Amino acid sequence: MPTKIEKDIISGQDTTGHEWDGVKELNRPLPKWWLYVYIATVIYSVGQFVIYPSWPGISGYLHGTAGWSQRGDVEQAVAAVGRQRSGYMDKIAAMPFDQIRADGQLYNVALTAGRIAFANNCQPCHGANGTGSLGYPALGDDVWLWGGSYGDVQKTITYGIRSDHADTRTSQMPAFGAVLKPDELDAVTDHVMALYGTPTPGANVALGNKVFEESNCAACHGDKGQGNPEQGGPRLASKVHLYGADRASVRAQIANPRMGMMPAWNTRLDPATIKSLTLYVHQLGGGQ
Amino acid sequence: MARISKADREAQLRNEEEGLHLYANRVRVYPKEVHGPVRRAKWAILVACLTIYYALPWLRWDRGPGRPNQAILLDISRERFYFFNVELWPQDIYYLTGMLIMAAVGLFLVTSLFGRLWCGYTCPQTVWTDLFMWIERKIEGDRNARMKRDAGPVSLDVIWRKVTKHAAWLGIAFWTGGAWIMYYADAPTVTREFWSGTAAKPVYVFTFLFTATTYVLAGWAREQVCTYMCPWPRFQAAMLDEQSYTTTYQSWRGEPRGKASVAGPKGDCVDCGACVMVCPTGIDIRDGSQLECINCGLCIDACNHVMARLDRPAALITWDTLAHQAAKARGEEVTPRWLRPRTMIYAGAMSVVMIVMLVAFATRPLIEFAAQHDRAPLFVRTSDGSLRNGYTIKLVNKTGRDAVFEITVGGVAGAQMALAEAGPAPADKLTITVPVDEVGTHRLLVSAQPERMGEGSLPLVFNMRDTASGESVTYNAQFLGPADRGATR
Repeated sequence: MPTKIEKDIISGQDTTGHEWDGVKELNRPLPKWWLYVYIATVIYSVGQFVIYPSWPGISGYLHGTAGWSQRGDVEQAVAAVGRQRSGYMDKIAAMPFDQIRADGQLYNVALTAGRIAFANNCQPCHGANGTGSLGYPALGDDVWLWGGSYGDVQKTITYGIRSDHADTRTSQMPAFGAVLKPDELDAVTDHVMALYGTPTPGANVALGNKVFEESNCAACHGDKGQGNPEQGGPRLASKVHLYGADRASVRAQIANPRMGMMPAWNTRLDPATIKSLTLYVHQLGGGQ
Repeated sequence: MARISKADREAQLRNEEEGLHLYANRVRVYPKEVHGPVRRAKWAILVACLTIYYALPWLRWDRGPGRPNQAILLDISRERFYFFNVELWPQDIYYLTGMLIMAAVGLFLVTSLFGRLWCGYTCPQTVWTDLFMWIERKIEGDRNARMKRDAGPVSLDVIWRKVTKHAAWLGIAFWTGGAWIMYYADAPTVTREFWSGTAAKPVYVFTFLFTATTYVLAGWAREQVCTYMCPWPRFQAAMLDEQSYTTTYQSWRGEPRGKASVAGPKGDCVDCGACVMVCPTGIDIRDGSQLECINCGLCIDACNHVMARLDRPAALITWDTLAHQAAKARGEEVTPRWLRPRTMIYAGAMSVVMIVMLVAFATRPLIEFAAQHDRAPLFVRTSDGSLRNGYTIKLVNKTGRDAVFEITVGGVAGAQMALAEAGPAPADKLTITVPVDEVGTHRLLVSAQPERMGEGSLPLVFNMRDTASGESVTYNAQFLGPADRGATR
């Protein structure tokens, strides 16, 4: 509360009459234009209030005369990107893989589209950037159940594995637990372990060989365990294994095999996106 | 209307009766023309500053084919800053930081030695205000003529002078705003585009913006900018001490002031008011050092004319220090004290920053290498049992020519490299060409079959060598894999 206006001895100016614990304030009046600028900003804010969305209501809000909204901005931006993108995606759908790869800009667009589609659709099973996990193939390595060429990968993504599509890739391994005796099962397990590169000491090699031959394992897995991507026969002579590399896991897989499935993506993704995914998966490190 | 207490309202009314307000009308300043050595120095600095500002963007500098040939160019869209033969990239921004620190400390040093020299001579606000005042004087006449016209009735004479003045101001303001743009785009190109209406929208927006600010700040706001908007006058007092030279009225010599014709004891000041009339901020220097004073010294020239006419010694108003004034008032001899803890600290800080910057700049690498490890997967095991790590590598080429880089890797025995997109057979040495002035970005796959992985991470060292100059840089990375069984975490 202003009390007494005094003249300050040092500056020769009046005080405002305000005093706080003995501290007094000099009256240095602001220039009027400063006040006018303040008033102008207030008027400006009224205009802003009228033109732009400004006041919340129970079931909506005051939209403002310009009809502007952040959502509208986003929709416009999305539409603009969509227009730009559709041109590229049409090209990707029409061109063969090698030509897309040769076109640096188009290839980059495809990889970006593939990366995003992968994160949205594939990542739940295959992991971020195709890391993979037990039962879900890693995509960056050099081991392919169904082949790692562009055409192979594209077909796998399009029709899936053991999916409900008529053209799906499919393979089946019998449950040898019901066929083989326990010692035969042990012996063939040790045979597979040897193919893995981790032979079991004191294994019955002769019996293992015999069971591997008689059970016709080589028909799918190859006589040296090299696998057969034509019919989805997993490679055994490798350090990469889908269902584990320890002896118990191998034995369980022979006795009662697990076989994963992958949906057919042509029902959800357009051909250009599937091609982009193919290009993306191919460059993760294992493309053939 | 806000309710206020009866006592407050009474106090308010009382204040208003006494002419005390919270807001004051601006007191118009009509600075009078002045001649003299200070004014000449101020003109010379003004011409130099404006010439540099307007002409510099037109200076050409050959950097070779396909590269900008403007001596100073801040290319925002391409993220390059060209300064004669120096080219800076966004990651060199700390040179700008260093320059700003030097500028700030330099300003402190100059202020502690000579007061607000910056404000009085080189601040853009002062320079353009001075230029605008000169135009005003040429069109509307000097102080008295202007005051008379502004006080008198509106006539054709007043109108054409005002219109001409504002047109001239706007013309210069436009030239100023346009010159600003030329520091950010090729000057001849942007000028051509501007007038053919094909320039980018920001060019027009910023030209308009800086035209408007120049016109308003130099034409209308003037000393109000220094007094009310600029923070520097508010804290520059912290750099001043009793040994700083500032524009000073020697009151021990001038007081008691008074007309020579009136009898009584007299100082040298005849109270003619010449110093007040020429002041661009409208203050009376005889009141001592004050916030509004920009230390331009025009009052010195004005006072010296009067002193010369009256055959009194010059420099009643001069540049001097508070300490000297006190000593002179006692009749003592004075010597300048340049070396003070304050000035030495400022000069020392400035030297340190300058040396650090110069050394950093002289030894800055022209090539850079960085490798960012893939976040997922951390590593991939391949069928032969080896481990593979993926990296995004960036190869920076600031050499001014196309560079052929040779990349080798060490730290992990038998490590082999391959570029993911090119897919050549793994090799222990890669050769990558990066075009001039660009950053090459590639995905690099490193494969190895280390016997032990320890806790799951081995140090990996990349080396990049510029085959032309032999300059090489190393980069320390990590090679990841599964931890050995039994390794402690």
